[in-house]
Amino acid sequence: MLRGRLVGRLVSMAGRVGLPLSGPGSGTVGPVEAAIRAKLEQALSPEVLELRNESAGHAVPPGSETHFRVAVVSSRFEGLSPLQRHRLVHEALSEELAGQVHALAIQARTPAQWRDNPELDKSPPCLGGSKKTRGTP
Amino acid sequence: MSGSLGRAAAALLRWGHVAGSGVLRGPGVRAAGSGAGGRSAEQLDALVKKDKVVVFIKGTPEKPQCGFSNAVVQILRLHGVRDYAAYNVLDDPELRQGIKDYSNWPTIPQVYLNGEFVGGCDILLQMHHNGDLVEELKKLGIRSELLDTQQDQDSK
Repeated sequence: MLRGRLVGRLVSMAGRVGLPLSGPGSGTVGPVEAAIRAKLEQALSPEVLELRNESAGHAVPPGSETHFRVAVVSSRFEGLSPLQRHRLVHEALSEELAGQVHALAIQARTPAQWRDNPELDKSPPCLGGSKKTRGTP
Repeated sequence: MSGSLGRAAAALLRWGHVAGSGVLRGPGVRAAGSGAGGRSAEQLDALVKKDKVVVFIKGTPEKPQCGFSNAVVQILRLHGVRDYAAYNVLDDPELRQGIKDYSNWPTIPQVYLNGEFVGGCDILLQMHHNGDLVEELKKLGIRSELLDTQQDQDSK
């Protein structure tokens, strides 16, 4: 998973950042989730598109579609920096991000990178910050 | 606090070493004005370039209010980065929107190194994992404490 110059120690240190799983979505696909999937497929022709509604782990009403995590695996990302890849995802979802989608965790990988680690990561737990400004991204 | 940055920051928290003593000083809130008035790109430009490491988060480094912001704080802590400017966007709706417009990035947290927008939590975590963060900090003259940790453990 964690290849790189400082692999050994960084792996253990990374674990200490501690990103436990917040609750998964209810299992039903809402309209926002459907739109996210459709727009990413349209814009990036992903080989793999994994999408998880993580809203249930946050301070929002049941059934909300506010917090998502997505893994997009596309050859379009070849040669692009992480920043550029994320911007492509943001552009595809500009409408959703300007609307009710409050948080979007992105794993933007090339097919080769995905084969090395074909997993949708876990998001850190909500710490409640949205409570006083609920509804505004 | 003086100058335009005083107006710009609703709550600027800074972690830093007391010069000469090596003692870690607790974060001190630099309260600022009411935050009235919008923020120009020039003001935000000055804000992100004022310090080598600047983060815009929900909450404070002591008490992050969002898991993604907390991850950013913890990654910096792991690398021993203490002298950084952290702006709490929950205290300042105009800053919250302004910094998104400035960077053309729709979410918080946002991390700036040497005035350059680096990304949010996902990208910082990725840089942490693949070693890029150590390299980027080195360019800023900041030696990641993870290198020391690694040496200590390697020498055992």
